[in-house]
Formats: sequence, structure tokens, C-alpha cells
Amino acid sequence: MNLLIRGAHVVDPKNKVDEVLDLRIERNHIAAIGKSLEPATGGEIFEAKGLYLLPGLIDLHVHFREPGFEQKETIETGALAALRGGFVGCVSMPNTNPPCDHQSVIDNIIRKAREVPLHLFPAGTISKGRQGAELSEMADLKRAGIWAVTDDGDWVTDSLLMRRAMEYASMLGLLVISHCEDRRLSANGVMNEGLMSTRLGLKGIPHESEEVAVMRDIQLARLTGARLHVAHLSTARTVKLIREAKAEGIRVTAEVTPHHLSLTDASTEGYNTNFKMNPPLRTPEDVDAVQKGLEDGTIDCVATDHAPHTEEEKMYEFDEAPFGVIGLETSLGVCLTELVHAKKMTLAKLVERMSMRPAEILKLPNGYGEIKKSAEANVTLVDLNQDWIVRAEDFLSKSKNSCFIGKKLKGRVAATLCMGKLWDFQKGSHQ
Amino acid sequence: MTATWTRKDLLGMRDLSREEIEILLQTTKSFQEISLRPVKKVPALRGKTVANLFFEPSTRTRISFELAEKRLSADTINMVGSTSSMVKGESLKDTARNIESLKVDIVVMRHSSSGAPHRLAPILKASVINAGDGINEHPTQALLDMFTILEKKGSLEGLKVSFVGDILHSRVARSNIWGLTKMGAKVTVCSPKTLLPPEIEKLGVTPTTDIHEAVRNADVLNLLRIQLERQTESFFPSIREYANFYQINQEILKEAKPDVLIMHPGPVNRGVEITSEVVDGPYSVILEQVTHGLAVRMAVLYLLSGGVKEEEE
Repeated sequence: MNLLIRGAHVVDPKNKVDEVLDLRIERNHIAAIGKSLEPATGGEIFEAKGLYLLPGLIDLHVHFREPGFEQKETIETGALAALRGGFVGCVSMPNTNPPCDHQSVIDNIIRKAREVPLHLFPAGTISKGRQGAELSEMADLKRAGIWAVTDDGDWVTDSLLMRRAMEYASMLGLLVISHCEDRRLSANGVMNEGLMSTRLGLKGIPHESEEVAVMRDIQLARLTGARLHVAHLSTARTVKLIREAKAEGIRVTAEVTPHHLSLTDASTEGYNTNFKMNPPLRTPEDVDAVQKGLEDGTIDCVATDHAPHTEEEKMYEFDEAPFGVIGLETSLGVCLTELVHAKKMTLAKLVERMSMRPAEILKLPNGYGEIKKSAEANVTLVDLNQDWIVRAEDFLSKSKNSCFIGKKLKGRVAATLCMGKLWDFQKGSHQ
Repeated sequence: MTATWTRKDLLGMRDLSREEIEILLQTTKSFQEISLRPVKKVPALRGKTVANLFFEPSTRTRISFELAEKRLSADTINMVGSTSSMVKGESLKDTARNIESLKVDIVVMRHSSSGAPHRLAPILKASVINAGDGINEHPTQALLDMFTILEKKGSLEGLKVSFVGDILHSRVARSNIWGLTKMGAKVTVCSPKTLLPPEIEKLGVTPTTDIHEAVRNADVLNLLRIQLERQTESFFPSIREYANFYQINQEILKEAKPDVLIMHPGPVNRGVEITSEVVDGPYSVILEQVTHGLAVRMAVLYLLSGGVKEEEE
């Protein structure tokens, strides 16, 4: 594909670019970045006046549900949702059925994503069958294409197994992602433990069920030297623990979701299961702390924990409905609204948190997380000031379980360019 | 009294204003006498259909509602199941649609999941009465408790009402807390620390782990059932130890006011949270609670059915 993107405001924090420029793309790669560029021969022109051009967004935490739960999402529908949200790359979680503990599952996932196309960086399991008993074949999985290991929703409770997993993964250069939660402390809770759970008569999940797990994993990261990535942190004290660990030089990174950056447990009023997620929505103090942590870099990045569930499942009673919400198509809009337009963070910093740092954490090759000449063109074009209302019927994701339905957002993805395909959401898509 | 009842549903005491609680209690008073007549039936709900949906086993509450419905001349249907809709494979919404198709006027619902009636009510044209949802609320129980206290004490204002037992898992305690604090009572909740809900003091009650503090100067002691399975979940070491430290017996009652009321929503574990002498003793109003429960439920059904009272024949 040849294309000239004309007059976009390029924000590329890695290369300290923040100005209106043209991008010439030849055969899917960035051929030139500059002012008043000539179009490529036989190429189209994309008029991007008024739009911001960002290095393509990368999400370190999504559930695409395939294989096994295709009624919730498929790799195709998940990838389309990602592109609609401005993402060019995603780390898919391994809690599929069968789980991603065997190279054949990984092969299949990568191939299906390439058909869309979207860059998928699958995570494999830490343990066989995510059972927390024996290590999965990480070296073989790495050869098949995984970039990280995690047992995702099931924290590895066996500390010795986790130590071995971190040692083995660090030998292979794999990132170890941990869903930090001591399930015994969560004790069948369905929302944050505190005044709201007492008011609503719902069982609570204490902050400490996360913090206890984060503390252990940080110590194991110190012991093993592994690269530990703490998934979807939700509490003020977790932010503090990460900050202290980083100050000590422990190799730990962390992510936070758009919903933990913007909503509190007060949303649970009304027993709407689209506000049931794990970790649960916390208190205003926690929201403030995770926003500040993201701003100062303690939290490295935003990740959605995009977790599709069918309407039927979410229709169950609050206690019975599954945890999780979708997030790919609203992530940038929520972060722009709650952080950038609210003047809590600059746009450049948000781009660091949604593109540059995720690429660095995964140790992706040059070209990801930045606008770089001769790299494959993976870019996101954003209308920073577009007002829009989140509506269930507009989601490309197969599931509609969003906690932002009805919310007014400012800033929306106008187009995504990924692996040589331009998705122009202003007009519909074309090659 | 100028306030009128306008709600479609009775989901909990939390949403109610003091005025609404007063309407409920006053209406209860007017229904109390019906059960004392030789012919214990009025036509207030004639032609109306009430569905009793008990997704969780219940004997007392279900029987009380059923009898209240019959004494108001309603037609009743009963669905008793011990499973959540998930286990049954039917969603709450489908259950609701089925009820709607039967043209039911009032749904009485007991469910093991907190918030289940709250989710059902907005999608149903029928009125919904919460007969107990999970660990959240049991509003008719709170109303009958409050009515019982009123009958004995004349007012709720300034009374010290202590709840002793498993506060954490008690919808009875939660509904009473909402109701009693709105009516000006001083509420104390007493249990081992493991069974006190987090930040409960922010609901305007005094939490304590000391039984003596709960009993001292109390006008009412409302005891909550202690379930054996809480021992296996390590909320306390043993029933024996619980009884040793939290049981209401004649010894501890020496510290209570001479006119203290002993209440219990039932079923009673004699010898655990309360001794037999106290259950059957002079302070106990446990059976009066059961009688008042009937009048409360008649009042609630009557108000939710539109409150057009055809005068007694």
C-alpha cells in the first residue's frame, strides 16, 4: 500500500516529535516524514488536517476468547474492536479452551490475527492447564510466538512454582505477567470491600487481596531477576509498592485499566453487572492514586483487560454473573476525556502510556511505539475533540458488556493504519 | 398524615423515607385486627394475583406471605426452588418475562443473590416485594420488628436497640439498621470482629464486640441466628466458644433493663445464641413478632396493590 497522510499533528514522545507533518507510506512502510511531501506514485492521499497522528496503540491485556469461547469474542471480532479503538497490537491472554499451554494453540491464534490483520503478541500459560502445578513448555511456546507468560485470572499460589517460573522465563527473555490476587482473601467477594459493599449487601474483595499478592511477586522478582509485569492494579497501596520496588531497582512494571482510572465502587449501586470486574472498582482515593501513578510513570501503561461476556451471562444475578468488561473501543476516549482533557496528563504522556511503554515492556523491535522511518506503518489517527456517546449497538466487539455505555466522551479514533491496511472510521474501511 | 404511598415496589428499607415507613407502620396497625376476627378475610386484593417466587428455601416468610395474601382474598401461585437462575439455566429476565405473561399483579421474591429483586423490578410491570435478597435486605422483617417494638414501647425515638449475632451475613440486621436509624433509634450491633461488616459505623450505628456493652441499657435485644457453617469458614473457632461469649442467657440479662424486649427473627438455635429460658421467658416477644409479621405483609400487599380499600364487608 502506498499512501500519503497529509497535515496530521504527529505526537511521538520517543522521538520528541510534536508538530504538523506529512507521512509518506510506501509498500506498507514509512518512507518519509516531513513537511509538504509529494504523494507516493500511485498512492492515495489521506487528508488528516485537524487530526492527531500517534504511534499505533498497544494493549498488553486483552481476552479474545478464541479458541473455546467464540460466543463471547473471536480473534477476528476482537481484532476489529482493537483497530476501532486505535490499537495495532495486543497481548492476548491464555485463558482459552484449550488454554495457551501448547504451541499448536499459539500458531492458530497468530495465524487468525494475521488474516484481519492485527499484530497479536500472545501470552502463554505459566503452568500446564493453568493448574498452578507444573510449568508449561515455555521454550517451545516461545518458538511458536509468545511474548509473555501468565496464568492470568489464576494467580500462581505456589510460591516455589512461581520462583521457578520466573527463573525459567527470565532465561528465555519472556515477560512474566501476574494477575495479583490472593483468592482466599477475595473469599467469593463480588465488589470492593468497604462502605459500599456494606450498603449494598454484597460480599467484598479487600484491597489486600491484591496487595498481598503484589508484595510476594515483587520479592520473587528481586530473587530471580525476572521481568515482572503487574496486571490491572487497582489500589493506592499497590501503586506505592510498585514505586518502592522500582526505586530499589527491581525489574517490575505495571498497568492500569481505563475503568480503574475513572470509576469508583459507587457505580455498583443498582447492581448492574457491567460494573462487576476483577479487580473490582475501588474508592475515589484509589482512582486518584492510580491517575497520579500513571502520570508520574510508576504505572507504566494503560491496558484494557478487554473481557467480553455475552449478554446472557451478564443478565445473571450480581453474585452469579462473570467478572469483566470490554474496553478496547473506549480506552483512548476514556483516557483522553478523564486525563488529557481534564488536564491531568499531557497528550504526549498518554501516548507514552498507551504505545511507547507497552512496546518497551514487551521488548518489541524498533518501529513499535514510535514513528520511525523505514519501519512498518502502524499508526493511529485521532480526532481529539470529537464528542461522542458510547452506545452498545456501535461496538464491533461481539460482546457489549461495557461499563461506559451512555457515557459522553471527548476524543475518538478517526482511522487506524495497521500492517498495510487503512481503517478509515470516518468513511468506512478500504485498502 | 398527608404523605401517601406512591412506590410500585418494596425493595428495601434503604430507599424509604421516614414518612414512608410511618405509612407502612400505620397501615399495619389497621390490618392487625383482621386476624382477630372470627372470619379472617377481607376483599382488599380480590381479583389480584400474587406470585410467590422463592428461589431460596424459606418456611416462615413464605407461609406468612401466603397467609397474608389469602386473608386479603388474592389469588396466589407459588414457585419454590432452591436454585439460582444460573443453575436452572434461565436468566432473571426470562423468569420475569414468564411472570409478566401470566398477568401477575404482585411478585413476592426471595433470592440468595443480593440485588436480584432490584434488577427484576425495573423490567416488570408487576410490583415486586423483596422477601429477602442474599445478605442485603429483608424489609418486611424489619417492619415487623419495628412494629413489635412500637406496640410495646410506643415509640422508636431514642430507644437503644442492640443486634447480637452474625451481622455480616444478616439481611435482617441491615434492613433494621436502615429503618431504625431513620426512626431515631440508637442501634448497636454486636458480634465477633469477623462478623462485623466493614465501615458499618458509617451507617450511623455503634459496633461492638463486647456483649456487655450491647446488653447494658438496651431497650431491645434482637438476636440473629448463628449458622454452623460459619465455624467451618473460620469466622469463629466453635459454636461452643461463640455461645460462651455471645449467648443471651439469664445471667447476662441481669445487666439489662428490667423491661428489655427479647426478639429473634427465627428459626431459633436454642442453646446457641439464646437459651431456652430466655426464648420462653417473660421478656421474649418472639411469637408476637410472627403474629405482627402477618399484619405487616397484609399492609405491604395492600399498599402496593394501589391501596384502594374496599371497606370491610
